[in-house]
Order: sequence, then structure tokens, then C-alpha cells
Amino acid sequence: MASETENPNRRDFLTVAATSWVAVGAAATLWPLIQQMNPDASTQALASVEVDLSPVKEGQAITVMWRGKPVFVRNRTKAEIEQANKVPVTDLIDRYARNDAIAETAAASDQNRVKKDHENWLVMVGICTHLGCIPKGQALGDNKGDYGGWFCPCHGSHYDTAGRIRKGPAPENFKVPTYQFVSDTKIKIG
Amino acid sequence: MANHEDTFKPGSRLSQWLDERLPVARMMHGQFVDFPTPRNLNYLWTFGGILTFCLGVQIITGIVLAMHYVPNDKMAFDSIEHIRRNVNYGWLLRSVHAVGASMFFVAVYVHIARGLYYGSYKAPREILWILGVIIYLLMMATGFLGYTLPWGQMSFWGVTVITNLFSSLDAVIPGLGTAIVTWLWGGYSVSGVTLNRFFSLHYLLPFVIAGVVGLHIWALHVVGQNNPIGIDIKTKSDSVPMAPYAVMKDLFALFVFIMLFAWFVFFAPDYLGHADNYVEANPLVTPPHIVPEWYYLPFYAILRAVPSKLGGVVLMFGSILVLLFLPWLDTSRVRSARYRPIFKWLLVLFFFTFLALGYLGSKPAEGIYVLWAQIFTAYYFLFFLVLMPIVGVLETPSPMPRSITESVLGDRAAPAKS
Amino acid sequence: MTLAHWTNRLAIGALALASGFAGGAATFYSPVHAAGGEPIHIERQEWSFAGVRGRFDREQLQRGFQVYKEVCASCHGLKRVYFRNLVERGGPMFDEESVKALAASWPNQIFDGPNENGDIATRRGALIKRPALLSDPILGPYDNDKQARAAQNGALPPDLSLITKARSVEFHGGVFAHIGQMLMDIANGYQEAGANYLYALLTGYKDPPKGVTLADGMNYNAAFPGHQIAMVAPFVDGSVKYQNEAVPRTVSQYSKDVTAFLAWAADPRLEERKRMGWLVMLYLLVTAVLLYFAKKRLWSTLH
Repeated sequence: MASETENPNRRDFLTVAATSWVAVGAAATLWPLIQQMNPDASTQALASVEVDLSPVKEGQAITVMWRGKPVFVRNRTKAEIEQANKVPVTDLIDRYARNDAIAETAAASDQNRVKKDHENWLVMVGICTHLGCIPKGQALGDNKGDYGGWFCPCHGSHYDTAGRIRKGPAPENFKVPTYQFVSDTKIKIG
Repeated sequence: MANHEDTFKPGSRLSQWLDERLPVARMMHGQFVDFPTPRNLNYLWTFGGILTFCLGVQIITGIVLAMHYVPNDKMAFDSIEHIRRNVNYGWLLRSVHAVGASMFFVAVYVHIARGLYYGSYKAPREILWILGVIIYLLMMATGFLGYTLPWGQMSFWGVTVITNLFSSLDAVIPGLGTAIVTWLWGGYSVSGVTLNRFFSLHYLLPFVIAGVVGLHIWALHVVGQNNPIGIDIKTKSDSVPMAPYAVMKDLFALFVFIMLFAWFVFFAPDYLGHADNYVEANPLVTPPHIVPEWYYLPFYAILRAVPSKLGGVVLMFGSILVLLFLPWLDTSRVRSARYRPIFKWLLVLFFFTFLALGYLGSKPAEGIYVLWAQIFTAYYFLFFLVLMPIVGVLETPSPMPRSITESVLGDRAAPAKS
Repeated sequence: MTLAHWTNRLAIGALALASGFAGGAATFYSPVHAAGGEPIHIERQEWSFAGVRGRFDREQLQRGFQVYKEVCASCHGLKRVYFRNLVERGGPMFDEESVKALAASWPNQIFDGPNENGDIATRRGALIKRPALLSDPILGPYDNDKQARAAQNGALPPDLSLITKARSVEFHGGVFAHIGQMLMDIANGYQEAGANYLYALLTGYKDPPKGVTLADGMNYNAAFPGHQIAMVAPFVDGSVKYQNEAVPRTVSQYSKDVTAFLAWAADPRLEERKRMGWLVMLYLLVTAVLLYFAKKRLWSTLH
């Protein structure tokens, strides 16, 4: 026995092994404690919303809730679409389309931010890409900013009629969520 | 034991700098590394550490559950189900918290029983013991408040019955009890208002417990730990440094305890609860058989053993408060029951009484059960108030070892060292 | 070893044992009482999901859901279970497309609050509802308890989401048999009293014994407390057509299947829980053994 007790290696190994196992368990226990703060199953399963577009006249806009966020839906006028098309992509602050339905690297042309044959409908998550305020520009009397689109009063970001950032601190264009036209006057977001 | 050798050496420039300004590391080292631990402690002494662990588990899981729980009578039950079904690992956290309450009480009963058997309440550990009784009372209050929160049938009717205990004070001053109960409820019946304040208090009390636990440990480290033979540490060979010896032993015991804990969490999470609490609270229907959680049952049996409302309440609270006077009710010079041939068996009988009362508390209050509850209640008080003072004086203690070292090493120790 | 030593050991043992038992001994299931009658014996059943290695039988859950859908759902809701749950791991695991279709055709639709015109009801007075989606709960036919009572002759068909957890069985027998049973159940991870009761109830419809007069609209049931139950016997042999013809179409089989399904509904995380339980127990065992030897080695240097 004496020789064994004087051999420090074995004791060290046992103690180190045991305490490391304890540490492993303690670390593993953290996982559920952290994970519980992530979106739960009912939030993840939240349904898509259907929006009836028929009451929205040309030049008007509506805001709908989708996953707790406002989604801007604007029925653009011919002039607004033309204005958006005229801008070369190279002039933009953010040159990417930011459209969930197409490639990440797609250019921020007006066509890339709308659906084909429904170019008048612009559907975007209405949250300023700067610090998350909801910009003005949906209601008729709102300040639409220098480019006739939207204006975020929090820190002065100006968006154009395709929802692209043109001036101010916001780094990105408004995000376009995935949506489909269920019929000519109805879209399903999500 | 504040006067043991200080072996703390700051390891780095930074820790030396800190040590000269706020010697917190030195204090921790002195209290939890160098601290002399009697070398003859058995595994019943590991429950202090286990209880600290339990408190930590309850606080952490509780904080996390409060992120999802809604303290509103319309939504409380639904939010618990939401936790069980939707929240990531919610089922686990909720089971750990619910089973954790039971495990906390298992550990505290072992801890208290150990204190009773080895006379850990006797001088100079009176304050230590009294702080322990206060912690136990706070635990009971916290457990009760927490059991309200799922807002199931047993929650609702448990609150109704237990808060109504205070209405017995009407027998002392007419109207007083009713006024207190109305004040507790915040209305004329148990309602969402009651639930909301109980949630607030349930969140507060664990931190109060943590504070008193701090005092409890402080008091322990002033007078030092008792031990199975109840003789103080006299020489250096009587003790070992807390780290690594006692720490490693505590850690092993803790893991054995966690195995029991985990078994319930994973394989029988609802076994310690009541089926009725899976029915949402209904103020119009009382379940046929209202019982508190198992850890209150002995006191519930005492309550029901007395055929008088006020009398039952007084005896129930008295059965806990009597513990506060234990250091002075026990007249014996000897601490450990190991050397008290008569007291030892009276104490074992007391433990049996406590368990029997627990069993009877779970049975309906009728027929033979009431009679047995009365007999055991009588012994409960007889033991503390009559037998304990008398036996302490009359009994002749059996021969004791002279020191801790001798009790551990027997004949091998004595000649060489002294 | 002196006699005193052994009595000490005995006393400590009694103390430790007593304290250890405190948890189990005082535990019990809140009982189903016969109102003033003699105790009702509820048979213990074999369940695939009982015990430490219990798993649901996927096919049984699917059959059980069929029974719920075709029989129980005409009165009882299952509001804490969502259509998406029927697809998830650990449950019946139907395929997603068929559950989507099922949700869309579920007769008890979802009331979403006022519509765009601010109306909550149609001209004829019914709530305005929409078809269910995967993310919606499985609702029963009644909008609220009062409507249910009005339709059911004053009786309220309870929601079944938690029914197997919300019922239990009283133990009849001596103190020690009781404690022994509890320790066995804890050791085996058997907490299926609610399922046993439900099965006994569903198979408990009988002709009333002589001398028992049933109140108006009540039925005799051997398992129900008081024996008079408002629910009529839900099944007759052959009433639900299982796809698998090898499975008997009997009242007993229907009862067993729907009980298993409802046990899942009440505890959808059961399989995940037990699977993780084994991993945790294994980890704890290894760590405890390591700690034991580390401790032993450490202390051996003292003597």
C-alpha cells in the first residue's frame, strides 16, 4: 500500500479525471439553460399570413403583422416604379437586393425586389436596418423622405420608392420576405 | 475556528495587489480550503453542501422558469403547459424545479435529523441551530408559495385551506383572523390577485434564504463543525483541511444525491406531485381529498389531530417553533446520542413518530387514523418538552473516547502522539 | 466490534433509512374516491411507455388518434395538443402533408377574433372562424364550457389533453404493502396510474347491479367514482375500422389505443425525457465512481 500512496501520478490522474468529469457535467447543464431562451416550438411554428390586396388603391399602402413584425405593402404608382428603375445600382449605398426569395448576391435592381407581373406591389419588412425603428411613409400625409419612399425619423435614414437606402446611417435596403401571390389580389407571406 | 493557520499565498502580482486591498481570496481560502474539518465526519455531514447545491438549483431553474411563466389566474396553468410542451428544454427545467423542491426537503430532513442525533444544537452552536430552524421555516413558506403558482386544483385549494389557518385567530380576537386572511388574499376569496403577490414573494424568499444560509455558514465557521462523537477538535491530528479532503467527500456524496434527484426528474417526474394539480383551478369544485405536498404532511397530521380549529393551528406551529428552544430543553452534558443509551432510542422513536405522522397526514382524517395521529402528536411534544429535559439529567452516558483521533485510529493513535 | 458499536450502527442505519424513506413513504397518488362506497379496484396494465425504458408504440398512437378523431372528438377537445405535434418526433409521427390536410378539414375551426370589418359572428350568430393550420390547437366542438353544458344535458366533457396526468388511483392495502409498491414504482419509473384509470373507465361500462337506480341520463360505470357517469359508453366492438386488419376491433383494444394516445398527449416529451435520462444517469454513475475512488485514494494517505 505504501508504495501506491506515495505514487502521486495515480492520485493525480484520478482526481483530475473525476473533477474534469464534474466540469463536463456542469458545462453540459448550461446548454438547456441557454437554449430555453431561444424561440420556442410555438413561435417557430407561427403561421404564414394571407393579405387581401383588393382594398389597396394605387398610391396607397397597408401595414400587416407577420411574426410580430410590421410588413409594408405598397401599391406603387407608375411614376414611382419608373423613378426606382432609373437609379443605376452602382449609385446605391447597398447594392444587394436583400430579397429572401432570390440569391443573396442578386443586385438591388427594382425587378429583384418585386414579383414579376406584379411590379406595382412592393412587400418589405418595415423595419429600419439601422436600429430597428419603424419608418414613416405608409400613411398619405407622412414624410416620405428625400427619395419619395420612406423616412426613418429616429436617425434620418431616407429610402427610395423601391425601399432601398439612399441617405442616412442605415446600412441596408429594407428586407423583402418570402411571399407568393395566391391570386391576383391576395398574397401569402411566410 | 477563526484561529487556524493561514496558508494563503497570492499566486500572482495581481492577486497580491488585490489581497492588499480586498482580501476576499484570502478569506475564501481560510474558510473553504484551510478550514479544519473533524476527520471523523460521516456521510451525514455531506448534506450541508448538498443543501447549498439544492438552493442553487432552485434559484437558477426558478429564474429561468420565470422567463416563461405568467403569474395571472387566467394564464398561469396554460403557461406551465406551454413550458412543458413548447419551450426548449422547458419540460426538463420545470421537472428539475418541481422535483428539486422535494429533494431540497429530503436533504433538509436528513440534515436536521443528523443535527438531532449528534446534538449539533447544543452549546456553543445554539445560534447556528436557530438560524437553521429559520431557514427551514423560510423553505416551508417558499415551497408553499411556489406550489400555488401552477394554479391547478391542488394549488388553489391548498392556498385556500392554508391561508384559512389564520382565520382561527378569530377565536382570540373576533374579526382579527378574517381581517388577516382578507389581507393575505387581497379579496374575499383566493383569486388572481393572491396568485400575483404569491409569485412576487416566491421570487423574493429564496434570496432571503440565501442570506440566512450565509449567516448559518458564518456561525458554523465560528464555532466549527460538530462530529459523530461530539467532542471538540483538540489537536491538529483531530482535523483535516477542508480542501481537498472534505471537499472531495462532499462532491462524491453530492453526485450520489444527484443520481436520486435525476432518477425522479427523468423517470418519475410526477410521482411526487398530485394528479389534481393537472386540473386547472376551479373555485367552484373542491377535490375530494386535499393534501399538502409530502414534506408538510407530518405537520398537517398534527393540525388535524386536534379537534379544535385554534388548537390545531397552535400545535402545528408549536411543533416547529419548539425546535428553537432545543438547545435549552436538552439538559445533557453529552452531545452525541451515540453515548446516550436511553436518549438514543427515544430519539429513534421520535424519528419513527415523524414518519408515521407523515403517513397519517396523507390519509383521510377519519376513524383510526385520527387516533393514531393523536398518539403520535402526543409523543412528538412529550419527547421535546418532557423526555428531553428529564433524560438529560437522569441518564448515565456510556464511555467515550478521549479525542477524535482516538475514535478514528483506536489504539494505534494514542501512545505515539501523546 | 462491541455491542455498543453495533447498536450505534443500527441506530444510524435506522436514521439514514428513515430519512431516505421520508421522500417515498409519504408520497402517494391523490385518490379517486368512491363517493361513500366501497373501494374501487383499478387493474394495473402493461403499457409500452411505462417504465424506465418505455417508448410509445407508434402504430398504437396512430390508432389511438383515429379513435379520438372518430369517437371522442365529437364531444371532447384536445386543446393543448397542436396539429404540428402529430408530426413531431416522439408522437404518432404522421406525415406532414396528411396532417396539414387533416387540420384544414378539422370540423372545429379556429376563432381569430374580429374580422377586418370588426364582426365576430355571422348574421346567423355563429362565430366567424377559419380552417386550422399546423400551428393551431386541436379543438373540440364547443366554443366554451357553457355551450358544452347546454349541449350535454348539464355535463361538461373535459378537455382530454392532460386527462391521464389528471387522474390517479388509490392504493388499497396495508401500510407496508403501500410503501413497497411506491418504492417499486419509483425504482421502475412506473407512473401510469392515470392511464390505468382511464382504461378501466372506458372498459367499465356494465349493467347496474341489482338495487342500484341510476339518475336520469346517467350510465353505470364500474371504475367511475360513485359509479354514475354522464358519458355514454363510447365504443362498441367494430365501431372504429382500423386499417391494419390484424388489430382486433374490440372495445378493449380501442380503449387501450386511445389511452396510449392520450398518455402521449399529456406527456409529449416522454421519449426525449427517458432517452436523456439514461445518458444523464450514465454520466452520473461514471462521475460518482471516479469521485469515490479519488476520495478513497486521497483519504488513504491520512491513516
